[in-house]
Amino acid sequence: MFFRRAGISHTRYQQERQLWPLPIDRLTVLAVLAFLIAAPFILDRLYIVSYLLPLIIWSSAALGLNLLMGGAGQIHLGYGAVIGIGAYTAVHMMRAGIPFELAMIGGGLAAGAIGIVFGASALRIKGLYLAMATLAMQYIVDFVIVQFPAISGGSQASLQVPPVSFLGFPIQGDRTPYYVALFICAMITLFMLNVRRTSFGRALVAIREKDYAASIIGVDPFRYKLLAFWVSSFVGGLMGAVLATCYYRAISPDQFHLDLSIQLVAMVIVGGLGSVLGVFFGVSLILFAPILLNQTIALVADTTGLTLPMDLRAHLPLMLYGGLIMGFLLLEPLGLAKIYSNIRNYFLVWPFRHSRQ
Amino acid sequence: MDVILLAELAINGVFVGLMYALLAAGIVLIYKTSGIANLAQGALAMTGAYVVVMLAGGLGLSMWLAIPLAMAVMFLVGALIERVALRRMIGQPVIMVIMLTIGLEIFLRGLLPGLFGASVKRLDLGIPNAPLFLGDLLLSRALLIGGGVSLALIVLAILFFNSRLGVIMRAVSDNQTASWSVGIRVERAIAIAWGLSATMATTSGVLWGATQGVDWSLSLLLIKALAIAILGGLDSMVGVLIAGVLVGLAESMATGILDPIVGGGTRDVVASVIIVLTLLLRPHGLFGREHIERV
Repeated sequence: MFFRRAGISHTRYQQERQLWPLPIDRLTVLAVLAFLIAAPFILDRLYIVSYLLPLIIWSSAALGLNLLMGGAGQIHLGYGAVIGIGAYTAVHMMRAGIPFELAMIGGGLAAGAIGIVFGASALRIKGLYLAMATLAMQYIVDFVIVQFPAISGGSQASLQVPPVSFLGFPIQGDRTPYYVALFICAMITLFMLNVRRTSFGRALVAIREKDYAASIIGVDPFRYKLLAFWVSSFVGGLMGAVLATCYYRAISPDQFHLDLSIQLVAMVIVGGLGSVLGVFFGVSLILFAPILLNQTIALVADTTGLTLPMDLRAHLPLMLYGGLIMGFLLLEPLGLAKIYSNIRNYFLVWPFRHSRQ
Repeated sequence: MDVILLAELAINGVFVGLMYALLAAGIVLIYKTSGIANLAQGALAMTGAYVVVMLAGGLGLSMWLAIPLAMAVMFLVGALIERVALRRMIGQPVIMVIMLTIGLEIFLRGLLPGLFGASVKRLDLGIPNAPLFLGDLLLSRALLIGGGVSLALIVLAILFFNSRLGVIMRAVSDNQTASWSVGIRVERAIAIAWGLSATMATTSGVLWGATQGVDWSLSLLLIKALAIAILGGLDSMVGVLIAGVLVGLAESMATGILDPIVGGGTRDVVASVIIVLTLLLRPHGLFGREHIERV
């Protein structure tokens, strides 16, 4: 009904190889894009600043992590630290008078450089040990940021982002930051969609499935793992800069703790490892589920008079994250993306049962 | 730097290290049997301490009844986690299994403070607060007792691997399929390993709860236990003992000597530095078996 592929027959390879081969998909993408561009004019300011903007920024950051975890099969428990490195580098560069566009790239490069040092341990170790190495990275970066006043401006202090502009538009008010974040998110999404169709993306998939099998067919696991770490850290650092400039406006060390890393990992797993669309689903669920839950509890409390103790309410988001991670891993390891694609495949030829997928 | 202070730091460090090592022993036990690193070990220690507090404070049991009861409960909890969650993940990539234990850690860290209150709970073992004087040295009784108990339990765990059940577990860790073919019930061995590991986590949670109170921060012990398990080699019990002492010493020395220079906070980063250095220089640890992959 919604996803009919009936009557669509491609006559050239280029048509089959498009990003979105079905017209209905192209229409959906255009509609979503049009909605996102028009959103600041039709939605209330509150929805833009506190729902859509974080959704866009965290999705872009999670896309970087997804390339590493879903694309190359490497685990990373210190992605929050990577984002922190990018944010601090960029803010310091902007405070020194360097324009935002360059500071953003600088943040990405710094995060990539430091990320690759810890990723270098991925050359010798994998799986389990890599998890520990990146976990240690999170703690070490936290320590360095807090302990060196030159970086953090003191452990309690927060660094203000000076007024900057992006391609001539000053980043202030509510709309410009939103459009800047949307533009960068669109760029990263396009990159991630296309990277799977390049030799680099296919090499990563080969390494994900079995690294020594990949090396037998001529893919150098050493080089590509390091490259995956670099690209993913670069995206993380870039988004750190965007996060600081467009959303936080002032950064402090506690914004980039282990909790953030775990939240990002939860987003990627819940969304579905390796799926670009899934990342957006996962980020929405992880960001909005606690809010929805709290509102439901408030509603229940209002109507029935049942109230939950404060401690329980305060810890519900943690329980929710943990439960979601465990539940998805046990019941649907490919995440929301798989659920979506099951539904989609069902409707592709609906009402006929036999599917061509 | 005077000698007395150094000696005090060293002795305290050794005992603190032994207490960390008790938690690491649980990680090693699970890794040895099933090849999984349990990142929820810190949360299990916290859970155990909460159960003791609940039994002693909530139901009014005496501490010496509450602790064995909590250990029994936690054995069941550990075995249940294995049965419900981990067993279904057999055959999945290692990244998935690690993520599952992280999910468990986050879940427990929300569940217990949520149910029993987030404020710090007192867990009184009846150890006097007054320090012990040994010549000029000032030693904390809680640390001495905690370290002693941990040492005894780790030695017991080392000896355990020579018992019938321990031999079964060593066989399972060597080759699961081969153990199966000679009639060993592999799933049961792994479930028992989880139960025992949760029990050890409980003791460690109680010992730490007695020194710093019971709240969610007990789960932060995970990173130190991981450092010990990795430095000692993930599949070596003896390694845990020695690495525990080393990590405890390093941490205590860093706190005593480096903190005045850099202005505090080194305590938490020592474990991470040890993890990174071990992984870079000798990934299989001091006593671990080197894992050779055949292509």
